[in-house]
Amino acid sequence: MNLRQSLSALFAIAMLAAGGPALAQDEAISLDPSSLDAEGNATADAGEESVLRGTVTADAWQDLGIAIASFATNQDVPTPANADGTASLGHELARVVFADLRNNGLFRPVGPDALPRPSYAQITAPSWRTWQSQSAEMLVHGYVRANNDGRLTVGCYLYDVILEEELVREGWIVSPAEWRRAAHKCADLVYSRLSGESPFFDSRIAYIAETGPKERRIKRLAIMDSDGANHRFITNGQSTALTPRYSPDYSRIAYLSYVDGNPRIYVYDIGTGQQTLVTQSSNPTFAPRWSPDGRYLLYSMAVAGNTDIYRVPSAGGASIRLTSSPAIEVGGSYSPDGTQIVFESDQSGTQQCYTMNADGSNQRRISFFGGRCATPEWSPRGDQIAFTHIVGDFHIAVMDTNGRNMRTLTNGWQDEAPTWAPNGRIIQFFRSERNTGNASIWQVDLTGENERRLNTPVGASDPAWGPVLP
Amino acid sequence: MQRYAVILAATSVLALAACKKEPPETLPPAPVASAPAPSTPAPTPAPRPTGPQPGSQAHFASAMAGRDVIFFDTDKYNIDSEDAVALRAQAEYMLQYTSAGATIEGHADERGTREYNLALGERRANAAKNYLVSLGVAESRLRTVSYGEERPAATGSNEQAWARNRRAVTVMID
Repeated sequence: MNLRQSLSALFAIAMLAAGGPALAQDEAISLDPSSLDAEGNATADAGEESVLRGTVTADAWQDLGIAIASFATNQDVPTPANADGTASLGHELARVVFADLRNNGLFRPVGPDALPRPSYAQITAPSWRTWQSQSAEMLVHGYVRANNDGRLTVGCYLYDVILEEELVREGWIVSPAEWRRAAHKCADLVYSRLSGESPFFDSRIAYIAETGPKERRIKRLAIMDSDGANHRFITNGQSTALTPRYSPDYSRIAYLSYVDGNPRIYVYDIGTGQQTLVTQSSNPTFAPRWSPDGRYLLYSMAVAGNTDIYRVPSAGGASIRLTSSPAIEVGGSYSPDGTQIVFESDQSGTQQCYTMNADGSNQRRISFFGGRCATPEWSPRGDQIAFTHIVGDFHIAVMDTNGRNMRTLTNGWQDEAPTWAPNGRIIQFFRSERNTGNASIWQVDLTGENERRLNTPVGASDPAWGPVLP
Repeated sequence: MQRYAVILAATSVLALAACKKEPPETLPPAPVASAPAPSTPAPTPAPRPTGPQPGSQAHFASAMAGRDVIFFDTDKYNIDSEDAVALRAQAEYMLQYTSAGATIEGHADERGTREYNLALGERRANAAKNYLVSLGVAESRLRTVSYGEERPAATGSNEQAWARNRRAVTVMID
């Protein structure tokens, strides 16, 4: 039932983005006669043309005064999304947008708790003087309306208060259970329009939830939204789970489990709850990785103690061995175009990063900057590789895809396992505390600034950030 | 009183440690000769002196007195002379009690990345297994499992603890 609801919501959003069914257009048009869809899509396209590469300077944006006011509603009616009705839901929507933009570190917005509440009519006709007197330069308005079919229509508008003009708008129809997605879409719209970057808030994270003392730690597979909401445990902790990876379409999670007493990769189907072995073998398998199109999985398998990297069709089929040295080859991360793989090997005596073609040919070492290079992850933008740089302590670092221009982003005692935000601008990783081994998920942007810890219900490790939701 | 107890415990540890150097001496424990006995004395109320069943994990661990574990240097998986002594003791035990199968658990310290540690643990467990096989233990009796850094024996974050955690542990399958 949950799945069907979410599928119908996804379908609705897809339809809206693609030009929209009559219902969606009518809903949007009734608020404002101009074409909501066309403008929204045009802006999303503009967002792809990034003006920033390598380093991001956030100062200019941080100085922007962005006011995010409560979303208004045409009629305060009950909704499963909020016990107090759609007016209260409108306030919560603005709070989620505010939290997304603030926690990202690129903006210092002012949220709905500190601002006057606009009326429904003012959403498309802002009270400019009010916002100018608040010293706001940018203004986010929105509305929420309960439809007769039980779903919600959410509109989002970004205004330039100084110029007194609208910059962008977009609308979405969602099931009440997915109301937060509409807020993330709004935050993505504002972020993309102001930064020129691709969106990323409307995405999910799979990770390992950790409880209990170090020598008997319980590790469970869990998932959550990019802001930590909608948290859900998937395994019950009776067997150790490690290193999850979302399939690109979010339908499956590949992860390691000791459920039969041995380390094995399983592919868990979120819809059916069924899981299958990645390959029928009595050998240990670990380090699962999806190809960008979801058609293949990489896994590492130890045969007679020697670990190499293999590729298998995700729908099942024969495995192909990609590496063959007597050293440990492990992990692997595809370039976004699927033509190359970066992986780690200790054939030089210590863990170092290597690249190869997707068929295993042309293997060569790329890390020559001292220390060890582990857990490399190719940026979804293609221009950088994040990795764990082991120099005594473990730091998160990035380098160009040829191994040049290494830059250290974090300075913890043990920071490891970077995973990229869908837009390649932010990296999450996990940080372990000395002695207790307590782990938590952190994120940092490519400047090395704006490092912050994510809120998780219990200890957390092995984050894997999925793409922007379809 | 407490102090005496501590000293006593310490000396017994020393005695065990001393025994470690001479594996053949400790290998055939007294109750071994009466191997079939444990099945019969069940009805009598005093089976305790016979101790654990030969070939069981409890019996093996007590006979090995620490030699059921071998240790490795950082990122290494080679069998050094000290490891070889312990593995010879294990092999002799397994050649004496031929019915028992064993699992060799490979472990790594926390100062490695998770997936590499899984590979490293597997490599260590296999190094121990191969050595036992070279001493005549049937390969079919031995299985390996890597726990990577997931099951530390020592929980500190220091060289001493890490040295204890870089290990391969042989466990009889009961």
